[in-house]
Amino acid sequence: MTQPAISVRNVSKRFGETLVLKDINLEVPRGQVSCLIGPSGSGKSTLLRCMAFLEEASAGMIEIEGEPLGFSEKDGKRRRQTAAELRRTRSKIGMVFQQFNLWPHMTALGNVSMALRRVRGLSRKDAEERAMAQLVKVGLEARAGHYPSQLSGGQQQRVAIARALALDPTIMLFDEPTSALDPELTGEVLNVMRALADEGMTMVVVTHEIGFAASVGNNVCFLDHGQLLFHDTPEAVFAAPRHPRLEQFLDTYLDRGAQMLR
Amino acid sequence: MSFDFAVILAKGPQILAGLGVTILIWVAGTILAAALGFLVATARRYGGRLADLVLSVPVEVLRGTPFLVQIFLLYFGGPYIGLRLDPIAAGLLGLSVYGAAYYAEIFRAGFQSVPPGHSEAADCVGLTRIQTILHVQLPEMALLVLPPSMNMAVILLKETALLSLITVPEMTMTVQAIGSQQYAFVESIVVLALVYWALVELANFLGRVAERRLSTYSA
Ligand SMILES: Nc1ncnc2c1ncn2[C@@H]1O[C@H](COP(=O)(O)OP(=O)(O)O)[C@@H](O)[C@H]1O
Ligand SMILES: [Mg+2]
Repeated sequence: MTQPAISVRNVSKRFGETLVLKDINLEVPRGQVSCLIGPSGSGKSTLLRCMAFLEEASAGMIEIEGEPLGFSEKDGKRRRQTAAELRRTRSKIGMVFQQFNLWPHMTALGNVSMALRRVRGLSRKDAEERAMAQLVKVGLEARAGHYPSQLSGGQQQRVAIARALALDPTIMLFDEPTSALDPELTGEVLNVMRALADEGMTMVVVTHEIGFAASVGNNVCFLDHGQLLFHDTPEAVFAAPRHPRLEQFLDTYLDRGAQMLR
Repeated sequence: MSFDFAVILAKGPQILAGLGVTILIWVAGTILAAALGFLVATARRYGGRLADLVLSVPVEVLRGTPFLVQIFLLYFGGPYIGLRLDPIAAGLLGLSVYGAAYYAEIFRAGFQSVPPGHSEAADCVGLTRIQTILHVQLPEMALLVLPPSMNMAVILLKETALLSLITVPEMTMTVQAIGSQQYAFVESIVVLALVYWALVELANFLGRVAERRLSTYSA
């Protein structure tokens, strides 16, 4: 068996008293699109954020392409990685947020070229050239000089995707990338993600776009109350008879493309 | 009784020298105060609980005591612990430290105004903590911290007048001396008021220019 892109082993996460993730075990295969679905508050964002070490798991281990993320184990003890070690492991990951999180004081080009200059040490000219290529890829070369406040939500999210792609990650994590968008703007973002999937990018997508999960996803994971209830191909997950919790969940998302499963 | 400004204005070169000292201490003191305040705010935010707690003490003491008391302590009390400073050095140090306490609070609010997601995005593309502070957080908070920063700069300018009491040869001391030599005390105070007011207006004008330039990207 080839090594998974991400392996999540016995991961639990608590915020104070509440256990938000309960002993999650998950292998994210390379080159595939894995969709995380589940009711609001079920722990999807927390799990995804653990995969980028934006949250620290309370227990368990996460490995990125075989390398421990955030913590390393020595003599059975968890040791926090240094900032430099963490940056190295994390460099394989690109993250896309629900709220875009573009830097408002920089243009689209500035947002995408920032890390190429500051992290990769490219000259301004080289960095902007490569950043421009990423903007072309998401169809926004004409908006390179615009500030985030001058772009639509869909355009901002595409810039955010370009920013994450600029550092050539092998894995892309998406946390409800279209949930903050007006419905007519979700298509342009989903199309960019679909194209990325076609190129063979490993993707983990938290989404309420059931249609996207069913048509683009290679795997679907269903989270409920912090538990990974099941993990399978979309065909198997969405085929009747369905798990009652999933059935209940789908009922509330009929307007998000789930009617195609009826 | 009539006002006689001529006797004061005849001492133009002396007044200008005092004005020069005032501006020097003000500008240098404000820059040092802002820089030190930024370091304190950064250390309080990222240095852990202990650093936050330890640094909160001087910040609160400096904000809770009059500037006049602080400079008296520094200038007259300093020699008791081996800190012997000439008046200008003591004035500059006193103003910087006093201002730093306020700037630390201004930058603390600034850090809080930057959405955590913007720093997380910086983490995710591999920026170091320092790069994130310098290239993301500081420029993002600039527009928010600019008005209170300029406001503080104006307060610091006015506080420099108190440095005359530790014999710093700044404008207030110079003009008052001229006024009493020439028996034109009230006139000297009027001239002082006008010059300080002109400097404050100049500072406010520069603040507005900076604000306009920074606001290009906000919708
Ligand atoms: N920083 C936090 N502090 C405390 N509780 C949190 C925090 N983040 C998330 N939670 C809680 O954890 C649970 C799961 O949240 P989340 O992972 O955001 O769910 P989802 O993304 O599936 O909607 C929720 O009950 C939420 O209130
Ligand atoms: Mg969420």
